[in-house]
Amino acid sequence: MVEQGSYTLEQAIANLQQTEHLGDRYYAAWWLGKFRVTDPAAIDALLDALNDDLDRSPDGGYPLRRNAARALGKLEDPRIVPALLHCLHCPDYYVREAAAQSLELQGNPVAIPALLTFLAGGVAAAVPTPDKPHLVQPYEAILEALGTLGATVAIPEIQPFLEHPVAKVQLAAARALYQLTEAPEYGDRLIAGLAAPQLPLRRSALIDLGATHYLPAAAAIAQTPAENSLKLIALKGLLENHLTRQAQDTLHLTEESEQVMALMDSLL
Amino acid sequence: MTALNSLIAAIDAAPSAVGLITAVRQLAAARDPEAIPKLIEILGYNNPGAAVAAVEGLVALGPVAVPFLLANLDGYDYGARAWANRALAQIGDPRALENLLAAAQGDFALSVRRAAAKGLGFLDWSALPPADQEAGQKQAFGALQVALGDEEWVVRYGAIAGLQGLAQQQPQWRDPVRQLLGDRLPCEPELAIQARLHWAIQSLNP
Repeated sequence: MVEQGSYTLEQAIANLQQTEHLGDRYYAAWWLGKFRVTDPAAIDALLDALNDDLDRSPDGGYPLRRNAARALGKLEDPRIVPALLHCLHCPDYYVREAAAQSLELQGNPVAIPALLTFLAGGVAAAVPTPDKPHLVQPYEAILEALGTLGATVAIPEIQPFLEHPVAKVQLAAARALYQLTEAPEYGDRLIAGLAAPQLPLRRSALIDLGATHYLPAAAAIAQTPAENSLKLIALKGLLENHLTRQAQDTLHLTEESEQVMALMDSLL
Repeated sequence: MTALNSLIAAIDAAPSAVGLITAVRQLAAARDPEAIPKLIEILGYNNPGAAVAAVEGLVALGPVAVPFLLANLDGYDYGARAWANRALAQIGDPRALENLLAAAQGDFALSVRRAAAKGLGFLDWSALPPADQEAGQKQAFGALQVALGDEEWVVRYGAIAGLQGLAQQQPQWRDPVRQLLGDRLPCEPELAIQARLHWAIQSLNP
Protein backbone atom coordinates (compact mmCIF):
# COMPACT_ATOMS: atom_id res chain seq x y z
CA MET A 1 0.00 0.00 0.00
CA VAL A 2 1.51 3.33 -1.02
CA GLU A 3 -1.42 5.71 -1.00
CA GLN A 4 -2.69 6.64 2.43
CA GLY A 5 -5.21 9.44 2.44
CA SER A 6 -3.89 12.42 0.53
CA TYR A 7 -0.25 11.76 1.44
CA THR A 8 1.59 10.37 -1.58
CA LEU A 9 4.92 8.71 -2.23
CA GLU A 10 6.12 11.77 -4.17
CA GLN A 11 5.20 14.01 -1.28
CA ALA A 12 6.94 11.77 1.25
CA ILE A 13 10.15 11.78 -0.80
CA ALA A 14 9.97 15.56 -1.31
CA ASN A 15 9.31 16.10 2.40
CA LEU A 16 12.27 13.93 3.33
CA GLN A 17 14.59 15.76 0.92
CA GLN A 18 13.71 19.31 2.00
CA THR A 19 15.54 20.74 5.01
CA GLU A 20 13.23 23.51 6.21
CA HIS A 21 10.63 21.59 8.20
CA LEU A 22 12.29 18.98 10.39
CA GLY A 23 9.02 17.47 11.60
CA ASP A 24 7.92 16.77 8.02
CA ARG A 25 11.18 14.96 7.35
CA TYR A 26 10.81 12.83 10.48
CA TYR A 27 7.26 11.84 9.55
CA ALA A 28 8.19 11.12 5.93
CA ALA A 29 10.96 8.72 7.03
CA TRP A 30 8.52 6.83 9.24
CA TRP A 31 5.87 6.76 6.50
CA LEU A 32 8.20 5.31 3.86
CA GLY A 33 8.99 2.39 6.17
CA LYS A 34 5.44 1.91 7.37
CA PHE A 35 4.12 1.49 3.82
CA ARG A 36 7.14 -0.53 2.68
CA VAL A 37 7.80 1.50 -0.41
CA THR A 38 9.99 -0.04 -3.08
CA ASP A 39 10.79 3.10 -5.12
CA PRO A 40 14.60 3.49 -5.42
CA ALA A 41 14.26 7.27 -5.03
CA ALA A 42 12.69 6.71 -1.60
CA ILE A 43 15.56 4.41 -0.58
CA ASP A 44 18.05 7.03 -1.82
CA ALA A 45 16.39 9.67 0.33
CA LEU A 46 16.39 7.41 3.40
CA LEU A 47 20.05 6.48 2.90
CA ASP A 48 20.88 10.20 2.70
CA ALA A 49 18.90 10.77 5.89
CA LEU A 50 21.23 8.36 7.73
CA ASN A 51 23.91 11.05 7.42
CA ASP A 52 21.70 13.98 8.42
CA ASP A 53 23.29 16.58 10.71
CA LEU A 54 20.43 19.10 10.85
CA ASP A 55 17.88 17.29 13.03
CA ARG A 56 19.43 17.19 16.51
CA SER A 57 17.76 16.44 19.84
CA PRO A 58 18.68 18.35 23.05
CA ASP A 59 20.77 15.38 24.23
CA GLY A 60 22.85 15.47 21.03
CA GLY A 61 20.97 12.66 19.30
CA TYR A 62 19.99 12.35 15.65
CA PRO A 63 16.20 11.76 15.53
CA LEU A 64 15.95 11.66 11.73
CA ARG A 65 18.76 9.11 11.48
CA ARG A 66 16.91 6.92 14.03
CA ASN A 67 13.70 6.98 11.99
CA ALA A 68 15.53 6.44 8.70
CA ALA A 69 17.40 3.43 10.15
CA ARG A 70 14.11 1.95 11.43
CA ALA A 71 12.41 2.49 8.07
CA LEU A 72 15.24 0.96 6.06
CA GLY A 73 15.02 -2.23 8.11
CA LYS A 74 11.63 -2.90 6.53
CA LEU A 75 12.72 -2.23 2.94
CA GLU A 76 14.65 -4.19 0.34
CA ASP A 77 17.78 -2.93 -1.37
CA PRO A 78 21.35 -4.26 -1.44
CA ARG A 79 22.67 -0.91 -0.17
CA ILE A 80 20.72 -1.10 3.08
CA VAL A 81 22.79 -3.60 5.09
CA PRO A 82 26.16 -1.84 4.50
CA ALA A 83 24.59 1.51 5.45
CA LEU A 84 23.12 0.04 8.64
CA LEU A 85 26.46 -1.55 9.55
CA HIS A 86 27.97 1.92 9.30
CA CYS A 87 25.24 3.23 11.66
CA LEU A 88 26.35 0.78 14.35
CA HIS A 89 29.16 3.27 15.03
CA CYS A 90 26.96 6.36 15.28
CA PRO A 91 27.55 8.33 18.51
CA ASP A 92 23.76 8.28 19.15
CA TYR A 93 22.78 5.16 21.18
CA TYR A 94 19.29 5.12 19.67
CA VAL A 95 20.65 5.16 16.11
CA ARG A 96 22.83 2.16 17.01
CA GLU A 97 19.82 0.41 18.55
CA ALA A 98 17.64 1.09 15.48
CA ALA A 99 20.45 -0.15 13.22
CA ALA A 100 20.81 -3.42 15.16
CA GLN A 101 17.03 -3.99 15.08
CA SER A 102 16.92 -3.25 11.36
CA LEU A 103 19.85 -5.56 10.67
CA GLU A 104 17.83 -8.27 12.42
CA LEU A 105 14.88 -7.53 10.14
CA GLN A 106 17.08 -7.61 7.06
CA GLY A 107 17.98 -11.18 7.96
CA ASN A 108 21.40 -11.08 6.33
CA PRO A 109 24.06 -13.04 8.29
CA VAL A 110 26.77 -10.81 6.84
CA ALA A 111 26.01 -8.54 9.83
CA ILE A 112 27.03 -11.17 12.40
CA PRO A 113 30.75 -10.31 12.81
CA ALA A 114 30.02 -6.59 13.31
CA LEU A 115 27.26 -7.32 15.85
CA LEU A 116 29.47 -9.80 17.68
CA THR A 117 32.16 -7.17 18.33
CA PHE A 118 29.67 -5.45 20.68
CA LEU A 119 29.81 -8.42 23.05
CA ALA A 120 33.59 -8.10 23.50
CA GLY A 121 34.31 -7.44 27.15
CA GLY A 122 31.31 -9.52 28.17
CA VAL A 123 28.92 -8.62 30.96
CA ALA A 124 31.61 -6.62 32.77
CA ALA A 125 31.68 -4.09 29.94
CA ALA A 126 27.89 -3.93 29.62
CA VAL A 127 27.37 -1.18 32.17
CA PRO A 128 24.97 1.78 32.31
CA THR A 129 25.81 5.01 30.53
CA PRO A 130 26.19 7.68 33.25
CA ASP A 131 23.11 9.96 33.51
CA LYS A 132 21.22 8.02 30.81
CA PRO A 133 18.41 5.45 31.07
CA HIS A 134 20.32 2.86 29.03
CA LEU A 135 23.49 0.77 28.94
CA VAL A 136 26.58 1.75 26.96
CA GLN A 137 25.40 -0.32 23.99
CA PRO A 138 21.97 -1.56 22.82
CA TYR A 139 22.62 -5.07 24.15
CA GLU A 140 19.02 -6.28 23.86
CA ALA A 141 18.86 -5.41 20.17
CA ILE A 142 22.29 -6.91 19.50
CA LEU A 143 21.53 -10.20 21.28
CA GLU A 144 18.16 -10.47 19.54
CA ALA A 145 19.69 -9.82 16.14
CA LEU A 146 22.40 -12.45 16.70
CA GLY A 147 19.71 -14.99 17.59
CA THR A 148 17.51 -14.24 14.60
CA LEU A 149 20.46 -14.22 12.21
CA GLY A 150 21.44 -17.72 13.32
CA ALA A 151 24.80 -16.71 14.80
CA THR A 152 25.70 -20.05 16.41
CA VAL A 153 29.30 -18.82 16.47
CA ALA A 154 28.16 -16.28 19.10
CA ILE A 155 26.73 -18.81 21.60
CA PRO A 156 29.73 -18.69 24.02
CA GLU A 157 29.64 -14.86 24.01
CA ILE A 158 25.86 -14.73 24.51
CA GLN A 159 25.66 -17.23 27.39
CA PRO A 160 27.14 -14.95 30.12
CA PHE A 161 24.42 -12.37 29.39
CA LEU A 162 21.88 -14.74 31.01
CA GLU A 163 23.38 -13.38 34.26
CA HIS A 164 23.41 -9.70 33.29
CA PRO A 165 21.95 -7.51 36.08
CA VAL A 166 19.29 -6.06 33.73
CA ALA A 167 16.37 -8.51 33.47
CA LYS A 168 15.45 -7.51 29.90
CA VAL A 169 18.99 -8.26 28.76
CA GLN A 170 18.73 -11.70 30.40
CA LEU A 171 15.52 -12.31 28.44
CA ALA A 172 17.14 -11.18 25.19
CA ALA A 173 20.00 -13.63 25.81
CA ALA A 174 17.58 -16.48 26.58
CA ARG A 175 15.61 -15.73 23.41
CA ALA A 176 18.74 -15.75 21.27
CA LEU A 177 20.04 -18.94 22.88
CA TYR A 178 16.73 -20.68 22.33
CA GLN A 179 16.75 -19.68 18.67
CA LEU A 180 20.35 -20.85 18.28
CA THR A 181 20.20 -24.11 20.27
CA GLU A 182 16.48 -25.02 20.58
CA ALA A 183 17.30 -26.18 24.13
CA PRO A 184 14.12 -26.12 26.25
CA GLU A 185 15.98 -24.63 29.24
CA TYR A 186 16.13 -21.29 27.39
CA GLY A 187 12.46 -21.44 26.43
CA ASP A 188 11.62 -22.17 30.05
CA ARG A 189 13.69 -19.18 31.07
CA LEU A 190 11.41 -17.02 28.91
CA ILE A 191 8.30 -18.66 30.41
CA ALA A 192 9.64 -17.76 33.86
CA GLY A 193 9.81 -14.16 32.62
CA LEU A 194 6.03 -14.21 32.12
CA ALA A 195 5.69 -14.40 35.91
CA ALA A 196 7.79 -11.29 36.58
CA PRO A 197 6.10 -8.89 39.00
CA GLN A 198 6.62 -5.92 36.63
CA LEU A 199 4.29 -5.57 33.64
CA PRO A 200 7.03 -4.21 31.29
CA LEU A 201 9.09 -7.36 31.92
CA ARG A 202 6.12 -9.62 31.29
CA ARG A 203 5.56 -7.74 28.03
CA SER A 204 9.21 -8.29 27.06
CA ALA A 205 8.93 -12.01 27.76
CA LEU A 206 5.76 -12.18 25.63
CA ILE A 207 7.48 -10.51 22.69
CA ASP A 208 10.54 -12.73 23.10
CA LEU A 209 8.48 -15.93 23.12
CA GLY A 210 6.67 -14.70 20.01
CA ALA A 211 10.05 -14.68 18.25
CA THR A 212 10.51 -18.40 18.98
CA HIS A 213 8.71 -21.63 18.10
CA TYR A 214 8.67 -22.87 21.71
CA LEU A 215 5.15 -24.32 21.72
CA PRO A 216 5.13 -25.40 25.40
CA ALA A 217 4.90 -21.66 26.16
CA ALA A 218 1.50 -21.22 24.49
CA ALA A 219 -0.71 -21.86 27.52
CA ALA A 220 1.51 -19.74 29.78
CA ILE A 221 1.34 -16.88 27.28
CA ALA A 222 -2.46 -17.02 27.28
CA GLN A 223 -2.56 -16.87 31.09
CA THR A 224 -0.07 -14.02 31.58
CA PRO A 225 -1.56 -10.93 33.23
CA ALA A 226 -1.02 -8.52 30.32
CA GLU A 227 -2.95 -7.00 27.42
CA ASN A 228 -4.76 -9.52 25.22
CA SER A 229 -3.46 -7.65 22.15
CA LEU A 230 0.12 -8.43 23.09
CA LYS A 231 -0.66 -12.04 23.99
CA LEU A 232 -2.33 -12.49 20.59
CA ILE A 233 0.75 -11.08 18.85
CA ALA A 234 3.00 -13.46 20.82
CA LEU A 235 0.85 -16.49 19.98
CA LYS A 236 0.70 -15.47 16.33
CA GLY A 237 4.51 -15.33 16.24
CA LEU A 238 4.77 -18.71 17.93
CA LEU A 239 2.29 -20.24 15.48
CA GLU A 240 3.94 -18.76 12.39
CA ASN A 241 7.42 -19.83 13.49
CA HIS A 242 6.05 -23.34 14.07
CA LEU A 243 4.30 -23.40 10.68
CA THR A 244 7.34 -22.19 8.72
CA ARG A 245 9.51 -24.88 10.30
CA GLN A 246 7.16 -27.66 9.26
CA ALA A 247 7.42 -29.53 5.98
CA GLN A 248 6.60 -27.50 2.86
CA ASP A 249 2.94 -28.39 3.20
CA THR A 250 1.81 -25.69 5.62
CA LEU A 251 -1.79 -26.65 4.86
CA HIS A 252 -1.39 -29.55 7.22
CA LEU A 253 -2.31 -28.32 10.68
CA THR A 254 -0.70 -30.13 13.58
CA GLU A 255 -2.53 -30.66 16.82
CA GLU A 256 -0.16 -28.10 18.36
CA SER A 257 -1.16 -25.51 15.75
CA GLU A 258 -4.81 -26.08 16.57
CA GLN A 259 -4.12 -25.72 20.28
CA VAL A 260 -2.39 -22.37 19.72
CA MET A 261 -5.31 -21.15 17.60
CA ALA A 262 -7.81 -22.29 20.23
CA LEU A 263 -5.91 -20.18 22.77
CA MET A 264 -5.93 -17.22 20.37
CA ASP A 265 -9.70 -17.62 19.94
CA SER A 266 -10.09 -17.37 23.71
CA LEU A 267 -8.26 -14.03 23.81
CA LEU A 268 -10.20 -12.17 21.09
CA MET B 1 -21.55 -1.31 55.68
CA THR B 2 -23.11 -4.05 53.55
CA ALA B 3 -20.98 -6.91 52.33
CA LEU B 4 -21.11 -5.48 48.80
CA ASN B 5 -20.09 -2.02 49.94
CA SER B 6 -17.09 -3.39 51.77
CA LEU B 7 -16.02 -5.30 48.64
CA ILE B 8 -16.28 -2.06 46.66
CA ALA B 9 -14.41 -0.14 49.37
CA ALA B 10 -11.62 -2.73 49.16
CA ILE B 11 -11.25 -1.94 45.45
CA ASP B 12 -11.07 1.81 46.07
CA ALA B 13 -8.51 1.27 48.83
CA ALA B 14 -6.37 -1.30 46.97
CA PRO B 15 -2.73 -0.48 47.75
CA SER B 16 -1.23 -1.83 44.51
CA ALA B 17 -2.02 -3.13 41.04
CA VAL B 18 -1.83 -6.70 42.34
CA GLY B 19 -4.01 -5.88 45.36
CA LEU B 20 -6.56 -4.35 43.00
CA ILE B 21 -6.81 -7.56 40.97
CA THR B 22 -7.50 -9.58 44.13
CA ALA B 23 -10.17 -7.12 45.26
CA VAL B 24 -11.87 -7.17 41.83
CA ARG B 25 -11.89 -10.96 41.82
CA GLN B 26 -13.66 -10.92 45.17
CA LEU B 27 -16.28 -8.46 43.93
CA ALA B 28 -16.78 -10.53 40.76
CA ALA B 29 -17.17 -13.70 42.82
CA ALA B 30 -20.05 -12.12 44.77
CA ARG B 31 -22.25 -12.60 41.64
CA ASP B 32 -24.30 -9.61 42.78
CA PRO B 33 -26.11 -7.56 40.09
CA GLU B 34 -25.60 -4.52 42.33
CA ALA B 35 -21.88 -4.84 41.56
CA ILE B 36 -22.41 -4.29 37.82
CA PRO B 37 -21.75 -0.51 37.74
CA LYS B 38 -18.52 -0.95 39.69
CA LEU B 39 -17.38 -3.85 37.48
CA ILE B 40 -17.99 -1.68 34.41
CA GLU B 41 -16.06 1.20 35.99
CA ILE B 42 -13.07 -1.14 36.49
CA LEU B 43 -12.89 -1.76 32.71
CA GLY B 44 -11.48 1.78 32.45
CA TYR B 45 -8.73 1.39 35.06
CA ASN B 46 -6.06 0.52 32.49
CA ASN B 47 -5.14 -2.61 34.48
CA PRO B 48 -5.44 -5.73 32.27
CA GLY B 49 -5.56 -8.17 35.20
CA ALA B 50 -8.36 -6.24 36.91
CA ALA B 51 -10.25 -5.90 33.61
CA VAL B 52 -10.05 -9.65 32.94
CA ALA B 53 -11.53 -10.32 36.40
CA ALA B 54 -14.26 -7.70 35.89
CA VAL B 55 -15.21 -9.15 32.48
CA GLU B 56 -15.43 -12.62 34.01
CA GLY B 57 -17.72 -11.23 36.71
CA LEU B 58 -19.95 -9.48 34.16
CA VAL B 59 -20.12 -12.57 31.93
CA ALA B 60 -21.06 -14.75 34.91
CA LEU B 61 -23.92 -12.37 35.71
CA GLY B 62 -25.08 -12.73 32.11
CA PRO B 63 -27.95 -10.91 30.38
CA VAL B 64 -28.74 -8.75 33.42
CA ALA B 65 -25.44 -6.92 32.77
CA VAL B 66 -26.21 -6.18 29.10
CA PRO B 67 -28.33 -3.01 29.46
CA PHE B 68 -25.70 -1.53 31.79
CA LEU B 69 -22.87 -2.39 29.40
CA LEU B 70 -24.72 -0.91 26.42
CA ALA B 71 -25.59 2.26 28.32
CA ASN B 72 -22.03 2.80 29.52
CA LEU B 73 -19.89 2.13 26.44
CA ASP B 74 -17.05 4.57 26.80
CA GLY B 75 -16.75 6.76 23.71
CA TYR B 76 -13.34 8.07 24.72
CA ASP B 77 -11.50 5.18 26.30
CA TYR B 78 -11.07 2.52 23.63
CA GLY B 79 -9.42 0.16 26.10
CA ALA B 80 -12.55 0.16 28.24
CA ARG B 81 -14.71 -0.15 25.13
CA ALA B 82 -12.77 -3.22 24.03
CA TRP B 83 -13.30 -4.92 27.40
CA ALA B 84 -17.01 -4.04 27.35
CA ASN B 85 -17.42 -5.46 23.86
CA ARG B 86 -15.58 -8.57 24.99
CA ALA B 87 -18.06 -8.97 27.83
CA LEU B 88 -20.99 -8.43 25.45
CA ALA B 89 -19.47 -10.94 23.01
CA GLN B 90 -19.16 -13.58 25.70
CA ILE B 91 -22.62 -13.04 27.16
CA GLY B 92 -24.07 -13.49 23.66
CA ASP B 93 -27.28 -11.57 24.29
CA PRO B 94 -28.66 -10.39 20.92
CA ARG B 95 -29.68 -7.05 22.43
CA ALA B 96 -26.02 -6.23 21.78
CA LEU B 97 -26.41 -6.93 18.04
CA GLU B 98 -26.65 -3.30 16.87
CA ASN B 99 -23.64 -2.34 18.94
CA LEU B 100 -21.57 -5.32 17.79
CA LEU B 101 -22.45 -4.68 14.13
CA ALA B 102 -21.29 -1.07 14.36
CA ALA B 103 -18.22 -1.89 16.44
CA ALA B 104 -16.99 -4.73 14.22
CA GLN B 105 -17.12 -2.62 11.07
CA GLY B 106 -16.48 0.91 12.25
CA ASP B 107 -14.69 1.29 15.57
CA PHE B 108 -11.32 2.95 15.11
CA ALA B 109 -9.73 0.67 17.74
CA LEU B 110 -8.70 -2.74 16.43
CA SER B 111 -9.14 -4.35 19.86
CA VAL B 112 -12.81 -3.30 19.77
CA ARG B 113 -13.33 -4.52 16.19
CA ARG B 114 -11.76 -7.91 16.92
CA ALA B 115 -13.85 -8.50 20.07
CA ALA B 116 -17.06 -7.46 18.32
CA ALA B 117 -16.34 -9.60 15.25
CA LYS B 118 -15.96 -12.73 17.31
CA GLY B 119 -19.05 -11.84 19.34
CA LEU B 120 -21.23 -11.62 16.21
CA GLY B 121 -20.70 -15.34 15.71
CA PHE B 122 -21.70 -16.38 19.20
CA LEU B 123 -25.01 -14.62 19.81
CA ASP B 124 -27.83 -16.60 21.37
CA TRP B 125 -30.30 -16.16 18.53
CA SER B 126 -33.00 -18.13 20.34
CA ALA B 127 -33.46 -15.09 22.57
CA LEU B 128 -34.90 -13.20 19.57
CA PRO B 129 -38.41 -13.71 18.14
CA PRO B 130 -38.13 -16.19 15.24
CA ALA B 131 -39.11 -13.47 12.77
CA ASP B 132 -36.07 -11.37 13.74
CA GLN B 133 -33.51 -14.16 13.83
CA GLU B 134 -32.94 -14.46 10.08
CA ALA B 135 -32.58 -10.71 9.54
CA GLY B 136 -30.16 -10.45 12.45
CA GLN B 137 -28.03 -13.31 11.18
CA LYS B 138 -27.90 -11.71 7.73
CA GLN B 139 -26.65 -8.50 9.28
CA ALA B 140 -24.07 -10.40 11.31
CA PHE B 141 -22.86 -12.27 8.22
CA GLY B 142 -22.59 -9.00 6.27
CA ALA B 143 -20.60 -7.31 9.04
CA LEU B 144 -18.29 -10.32 9.36
CA GLN B 145 -17.74 -10.25 5.60
CA VAL B 146 -16.52 -6.65 5.97
CA ALA B 147 -14.36 -7.54 8.98
CA LEU B 148 -12.81 -10.44 7.03
CA GLY B 149 -11.21 -7.80 4.78
CA ASP B 150 -10.06 -5.56 7.64
CA GLU B 151 -6.55 -4.12 7.32
CA GLU B 152 -5.58 -5.51 10.76
CA TRP B 153 -4.83 -9.25 10.93
CA VAL B 154 -6.33 -9.64 14.39
CA VAL B 155 -9.70 -8.32 13.22
CA ARG B 156 -9.67 -10.74 10.29
CA TYR B 157 -8.81 -13.48 12.78
CA GLY B 158 -11.78 -12.46 14.94
CA ALA B 159 -14.02 -12.45 11.86
CA ILE B 160 -13.01 -16.02 10.97
CA ALA B 161 -13.72 -17.19 14.53
CA GLY B 162 -17.06 -15.37 14.36
CA LEU B 163 -18.02 -16.84 10.99
CA GLN B 164 -17.09 -20.34 12.14
CA GLY B 165 -19.19 -19.85 15.27
CA LEU B 166 -22.18 -18.65 13.25
CA ALA B 167 -21.96 -21.59 10.86
CA GLN B 168 -21.56 -24.17 13.61
CA GLN B 169 -24.49 -22.81 15.56
CA GLN B 170 -26.78 -22.16 12.54
CA PRO B 171 -26.31 -24.92 9.92
CA GLN B 172 -28.07 -22.89 7.20
CA TRP B 173 -25.00 -20.59 7.21
CA ARG B 174 -22.52 -23.43 6.76
CA ASP B 175 -22.28 -23.26 2.95
CA PRO B 176 -22.16 -19.44 2.60
CA VAL B 177 -19.52 -19.24 5.34
CA ARG B 178 -17.38 -22.01 3.83
CA GLN B 179 -17.62 -20.29 0.46
CA LEU B 180 -16.63 -16.92 1.92
CA LEU B 181 -13.66 -18.33 3.84
CA GLY B 182 -12.47 -20.28 0.78
CA ASP B 183 -12.63 -17.12 -1.34
CA ARG B 184 -10.56 -15.24 1.23
CA LEU B 185 -7.77 -17.83 1.35
CA PRO B 186 -5.89 -16.84 -1.86
CA CYS B 187 -5.79 -13.15 -0.91
CA GLU B 188 -4.84 -13.59 2.76
CA PRO B 189 -1.23 -12.44 3.23
CA GLU B 190 -0.59 -13.57 6.81
CA LEU B 191 0.46 -17.15 7.50
CA ALA B 192 -1.33 -17.43 10.85
CA ILE B 193 -4.56 -16.18 9.32
CA GLN B 194 -4.23 -18.64 6.45
CA ALA B 195 -3.90 -21.38 9.06
CA ARG B 196 -6.99 -20.13 10.91
CA LEU B 197 -8.93 -20.09 7.60
CA HIS B 198 -7.91 -23.69 6.94
CA TRP B 199 -8.91 -24.74 10.42
CA ALA B 200 -12.33 -23.12 10.09
CA ILE B 201 -12.93 -24.58 6.63
CA GLN B 202 -11.91 -28.07 7.82
CA SER B 203 -14.26 -27.86 10.76
CA LEU B 204 -17.15 -26.93 8.45
CA ASN B 205 -16.52 -29.60 5.82
CA PRO B 206 -19.24 -32.23 5.69
